[in-house]
Amino acid sequence: MNPRAESLVSKERVVRQVNLRKEKAAVTLLSFAALITAAVLVFVFVYIMARGLAAIDLEFLLSSPVKMGREGGIFPAIVGTLVLTAVSILVAAPLGVGAAVFLTEYTREGWFSKVVRLGTESLAGIPSIIFGLFGFSFFVIYLGMGWSILAGALTLACMILPTIVRTSEEAIKSVPSIYREISLALGASRWQTVTGVVLPQAAPGIATGIVLAIGRSIGETAAVIFTAGSSLRVPHSLLDPVRTLPVHFYILAREGISSRNAYGTAAVLLVAVLLVDFVAHFVVGRLFRGRGGER
Amino acid sequence: MKRSQNERVAELTLSLVALGSLGILTLITVFIFKEGLPALKEIGLWEFIGGTRWVPSKKIFGIFPMLVGSFMVTGGALAIGIPLGLGCAVYLSEFSSPGVARLLKSMIELLAGIPSVVFGFIGLTVVVPFIRTYFGGPGFSVLASSIVLGLMILPTMVSVSYDALRAVPESYRDGMMAVGATRWQAVRMVILPSARSGILAAAILATGRAMGETMAVIMVAGNATAVPESLLDPVRTLTSNIALEMGYSAGIHRQALFATGIVLFFLVTVLNLIAHAAVRGGSGR
Repeated sequence: MNPRAESLVSKERVVRQVNLRKEKAAVTLLSFAALITAAVLVFVFVYIMARGLAAIDLEFLLSSPVKMGREGGIFPAIVGTLVLTAVSILVAAPLGVGAAVFLTEYTREGWFSKVVRLGTESLAGIPSIIFGLFGFSFFVIYLGMGWSILAGALTLACMILPTIVRTSEEAIKSVPSIYREISLALGASRWQTVTGVVLPQAAPGIATGIVLAIGRSIGETAAVIFTAGSSLRVPHSLLDPVRTLPVHFYILAREGISSRNAYGTAAVLLVAVLLVDFVAHFVVGRLFRGRGGER
Repeated sequence: MKRSQNERVAELTLSLVALGSLGILTLITVFIFKEGLPALKEIGLWEFIGGTRWVPSKKIFGIFPMLVGSFMVTGGALAIGIPLGLGCAVYLSEFSSPGVARLLKSMIELLAGIPSVVFGFIGLTVVVPFIRTYFGGPGFSVLASSIVLGLMILPTMVSVSYDALRAVPESYRDGMMAVGATRWQAVRMVILPSARSGILAAAILATGRAMGETMAVIMVAGNATAVPESLLDPVRTLTSNIALEMGYSAGIHRQALFATGIVLFFLVTVLNLIAHAAVRGGSGR
């Protein structure tokens, strides 16, 4: 090799080394960003649990609050959260899955599906406080439901609808079209194909979306506080007001009523939400996969 | 004959159901405007948006401080959330091992589920005292709200920009490797530019989330109705203005809160439409 070529090669090597050093610095910074993101989750969890677990026992979970929550437990808030979430899902799930079926199985991409999709996306971006305002003026006042489980649950249903539509749509789209073709070729109607073939195949994805929506309902505050009220009593009918766990926690924390009970409530809330989300992401799919064969 | 009739009933029902989201959107618009417009008429749009004083007891309703507050807090949140979130997404998509990526993605999905009141509470008990001790001021501040919101928008920022980065064809990366570039050069010169519309969409969606967040901000912002002069001053946002006073308001005061809702609704809808266009522009190329 002549000297000129040799110097070129060594120059090349120096440039390469500088670039690799730059890369190393960049990767260090990027991994730091990733580390911070992960640390936020761990910190929130450990911080709340370390202070909240001490307040939690069977009595805390099963007794009613005394003196506005200064003493006693959170039983009515647990019942309120469960009932409110259940009713909102019962309303939103059929509507959401129905809309997704229509978008994927009954219509081609055209102006109608575009309009529906834009509507769903816009709804998904609306802040929860706006849902609260709307629920208050429409369900509570205009329809005369008052502060009640019904008004709160319907408001929540409006809010979680886009989540269910979107996840169901994705799930239905991922069912191979050969399934539909075989079903139709066998003489099944479109409706029979949807209910007998497409929906069962898409069930894991749809279930994941619904469980995620449950998680969102449980943790929501702003949309619920002006529609379901903040009563501390155990509800007896759908027209009774309730206080959910996040609302109870918010009131305890903000008004400084009892930090011990606030941490306890936060711990129950956090465990409930994380557990539901964990089930949505890592359990639901696996449960169905055992049955689905090739999928 | 009966079967085709059933089919038609099913199709009609489903098409009505599909219009559900649109119907709700319409109802929301109608009812927010129905309650808020009378106040806008009585106060005057410019006095309402440009007015710097908010004194419900004297029927003075100006939301300029809250408008500024919302923008400051959102800007601060983006300054924290965008670099962190994008950095995390690039790391997951381009540099980490598949195992680490899977673990981190799971953690980010769980982070997205943490209720906003819990974030607000952590802000109240950790961030606010920290700022009070080390930076001075009351602690309840623009800075505290920005930090809490910046962390809250991380999941949106990470997952949307991660998807955008993964959508860049593998051949682009192979091509850069083949001409002797390092992975970092490939990211900087090819992958980030190719994914820019998806990253832009992520940033806009995160902006919408930050601007619309209510409960977490109320707990750390201090909620004073004056235009903040520094990052350490307390601040009130549009969302907290509504949530703080809804409980006891009546008459024109309540209408003015709905009018605040109209302004917020307008801002967020514009952002959504821009994000929608950015996503579509990206997939069209």
